[in-house]
Amino acid sequence: MAAHSGSRHFMWQRLTAVLLLPLTLFLVLLLVSLVGADYQTARVRLTMPVVWLPLLALVLVGVWHMWLGMQVIIDDYLKEGARSVALLLSTVFCAAMALCAVYAIYQLSFGA
Amino acid sequence: MSGSRQPRPRPLSPHLQIYRPEINMVMSIVHRITGAALFLGTVLLVWWLWAAASGPAYFDYVNGLWSSFLGRAVLLGYTWALIHHALGGVRHLIWDTGRSLDIESVDRLSWMTVLGSAALTMVVWVAGYWMKGAL
Repeated sequence: MAAHSGSRHFMWQRLTAVLLLPLTLFLVLLLVSLVGADYQTARVRLTMPVVWLPLLALVLVGVWHMWLGMQVIIDDYLKEGARSVALLLSTVFCAAMALCAVYAIYQLSFGA
Repeated sequence: MSGSRQPRPRPLSPHLQIYRPEINMVMSIVHRITGAALFLGTVLLVWWLWAAASGPAYFDYVNGLWSSFLGRAVLLGYTWALIHHALGGVRHLIWDTGRSLDIESVDRLSWMTVLGSAALTMVVWVAGYWMKGAL
């Protein structure tokens, strides 16, 4: 991590952690409620704003949290050269996950 | 006396395997491992959302994969990792307030994380099988 950005990293890490607690509980309840459900039931459920809004929040906050967490792991174990490559890979992975999830949620509710 | 002038080898710091595992240290390592696993496991959630957006055929295909023995084993691990990391996170948030930092409290919280995550994972899966009508 760059110097002088430690407290900001700590703050965002904690803020996303607190937000993820209710969002994770929501995800687990949603998934359990959909066990054995057919496609139509799942689709109708995922199209409700009370479902897709928290789901979208979960993905975005979750990806942010895991990006911060992976940065700590990389900083702890990798030397300079490998470190920059790993940070880039982590950023690309996190961005790809967020984009795919946003696209899927958009398609579910507003797609053809 | 010929060896007396030779420099002594520099001391190395002890490696991880030298220490006797303590519950708090094991929980700290597991918190990091579950975090890294959940990082990669995000693919599972995004894949499932993608399948739901793709239409009934692909959604049923993906659900079929999850229903297989291997699929359920992966999901069971994912459930436990998610709950363990969440409880471990709560532990860290408690420590952030300056509370429960003595050894006994740290060890007690660590055990609560292990037992709590196992118990809650079981609750979630029993609820899942119940939803499916298997119970």
